[in-house]
Amino acid sequence: MRFAATIRIALRALRRNKMRSALTTLGIIIGVGAVITMVGIGNGAKSQVEATVASLGRNVVLIFAGNFSSSGARSGWGGAGTMTVDDADAIGREVTGVIHVSPEVRDRQQVLANGLNWNTQILGEGADYLDIRDWPLSDGAMFTEQDVRSTAKSCIVGQTIVNELFPNEDPVGNVLRIRNIPFKILGVLSRKGLSVMGTDQDDVIVVPYTSAMKRISKRTNISSINLQTDPAASAPKVQADIGDLLRQRHRLGGRDDDFTIRGQEEIANAFTATTKTMTMLLAGVALVSLVVGGIGIMNIMLVSVTERTREIGIRMAVGAHGKDILLQFLAEAITLSSFGGLIGIALGFAVAKIISTSAGWPTLVPVVWVIASFLFSAAVGIAFGFYPAYKASRLDPIDALRYE
Amino acid sequence: MSAVIQLKDVHKTYHTGEVDVLAVRGVSLEIGKGEFVAVMGSSGSGKSTLMNIIGCLDRPTTGHYFLDDIDVSQLDRDALADIRNRKLGFVFQGFNLLSRTSALENVELPMLYTHNHRSHTEVNDRAMAALGVVSLADRAGHHPNQLSGGQQQRVAIARALVNEPAVLLADEPTGNLDTRTSIEVMGVFQKLNDAGMTIVMVTHELDIARYTRRNVVMRDGQVISDKPVEIRLTAPEELSKLQQAQQAVQLS
Repeated sequence: MRFAATIRIALRALRRNKMRSALTTLGIIIGVGAVITMVGIGNGAKSQVEATVASLGRNVVLIFAGNFSSSGARSGWGGAGTMTVDDADAIGREVTGVIHVSPEVRDRQQVLANGLNWNTQILGEGADYLDIRDWPLSDGAMFTEQDVRSTAKSCIVGQTIVNELFPNEDPVGNVLRIRNIPFKILGVLSRKGLSVMGTDQDDVIVVPYTSAMKRISKRTNISSINLQTDPAASAPKVQADIGDLLRQRHRLGGRDDDFTIRGQEEIANAFTATTKTMTMLLAGVALVSLVVGGIGIMNIMLVSVTERTREIGIRMAVGAHGKDILLQFLAEAITLSSFGGLIGIALGFAVAKIISTSAGWPTLVPVVWVIASFLFSAAVGIAFGFYPAYKASRLDPIDALRYE
Repeated sequence: MSAVIQLKDVHKTYHTGEVDVLAVRGVSLEIGKGEFVAVMGSSGSGKSTLMNIIGCLDRPTTGHYFLDDIDVSQLDRDALADIRNRKLGFVFQGFNLLSRTSALENVELPMLYTHNHRSHTEVNDRAMAALGVVSLADRAGHHPNQLSGGQQQRVAIARALVNEPAVLLADEPTGNLDTRTSIEVMGVFQKLNDAGMTIVMVTHELDIARYTRRNVVMRDGQVISDKPVEIRLTAPEELSKLQQAQQAVQLS
C-alpha cells in the first residue's frame, strides 16, 4: 500500500475521534514539553554560568589561604593566615606553566571622595591582575610593578565606584581616601557585571597589594593568589605542582593543607551542579510522562482495533495483507505520537521562554534536541503502537467480517 | 466451457473443543466461465463454509480447489489475500462499506492493496467506471449513510468489480433489502452475467435463486441437488409486475 494513502487513512481515523486523539497525545505532549523546557532552561543557565565563569579570565587558578574541605574547624576565605607574598613569588619562580601571578589581599573599607562616601571592596593586587582576569580598562592606566614595589598610593576603580563617588566628573587623576590615606586614581575598569556568586564585580577599588598590606590592612599575610596558567600546559599538573610547592613551603608534613586550589573548571562545575540536579529531575518527569503517554497510546489503539474489527475484515477480504493492516495501525500510532511531539516541542519552547525570561537567562534549545525529541516521540508511537497493530494484523478475516 | 472454479472432494472440519464439526463433507463442484450459480441450503448446511472456501477466506481441510487453474487450497495467508484481491469480488449481506468514507473511496479500496501500483488518476478513473456500471457515478462523493440500502449494495458491487475479478461472490446480497431493491440488485447481477461475469451467490430465498441460471442445494455439508433453473425470472419483468400490483392496490 502506498505511503501517502497510509498516512491519509491514519489522519482520517484520528480526525474521527478528535477529543480522544487529543487526550491520548497529552502524555506525549507533556513529556516532550518537559524535555524541551529542561533543555532550554538547562542550556540557558549553563551559558549564563559559563559567561560568569569566563569573566574570571582565562586559564585562571585561584589559591585560597585556608581549607574549605578539611574536617574539624573550618576557616573561610583567606582565613588561615599562613599564605605570604613569598609563596606567590615562589610559585611564579618555580612552577612551570604559570604565566602571571598576583597575590591578593581583600578588605572592606569606607571610602571618601568628593564629599561622598561608600563602603566597598578593596583589592590589593599585583600589576598583572588585569591580564589574569582578562579585564580591560575603559580609561586611564593600570598601576605598574614600580608602583607595587614602592607601595604607591595609587588605585584603579570599578564602574560602580565611579557612579557612587564621581557621578558628574572624570575620576581619572582625582583622589579618593581610604582610611584617610589619599589614593590617586590612575584608571577606570570596564564593566564586568555580576560574579558567579552574584556579587557586583564593579563595586571594587584595586590598589597595589603592597599598599593594601602596609597602608590599609596592616597585615603580613595575603588572602589568596590569582594566577594564570599557560594554555599549553596541563592544568591539573600545574595545580598539583603548586600544591606540592605550598605543602613543602608550609612544612605541612602529614597535616591537612592550609590552602585550597581551585581551577576555573571546578568553579564552573560547582555552579552547574545545581542546574544539573534540576535537569535530572525534569528528565525523570519527562521520561515517566513519555512512558505513561505511550501506554495511553497503546490503550487507545487497542480500543481502536476492537472497534474497527469489521473494517479490518473488509480490508482483508478485498486483499489487504497482514502487513498492510499492521502498517495502517502503526502509522496511526506514530501520527498520534509525533503530532503530540510537535505540540510538545512548541509548548516546551513557550514554557522555557517564560521561565528563562523571568530568570534573566537566554533560551537555548539546540536543534539536535528538537529533532531528537521529535524522533523519540515517533519511536514511542512505534514501540507502544506495535502490539495493537500486530494484534489487528493477525485477525482472521472471516471472524473479523462477522464481528458485530 | 472451461471451469473457473473446480472443487475436488473438499472437506472442512472445525475442531471446537471435544467435538469435531464436519461443516463440508466431500463437495466436488465445477463452475464454468459465465455461469450464474446460487448455492442454497438452510442454516448449518455448510453453504457459508463452502462460500468462505470458494472466496479464499478459508482453506479446505482436505481436497483441492482450483481457481482459474491455480490450486489455491494450500496457499498461505498473503498469497490468499492476493488471490482475493485480483481474482475475486465480494458482495456481503451487510454491504460492508467503510463508514464515513465516500462511495468512490470505498470502490478504490481493493486497488489500494493491488501490488502493481496504478497512478492516482487511473485508480480514480477505474473506480468511476465501476460506479458507472452500477449507475451510481453521480453519487461518487456520498458517504454510505447518505445512500439507501440498494445504493449501498450497488457501491459494494462496484467495489467487487473494480479489479476485474474472475468470479463475483455474493453472500446473501439481498438479505437486508426489501423486495423491490432486491429485484433491482438482482437486475444488476443479471446484467453483469449477461456481459460474461461469473457469479456465485449464496441465498436461502427461493425466489431470489430463480434469477440465477443454476441452483446448487446443500444439506449437512454435501451437495444434494445441482440443476439448472428452468423458469428463470428476469428483473425488468418482475419490476413491472411489482409496479402493476402496487398500482392495483392503489386503485382498489
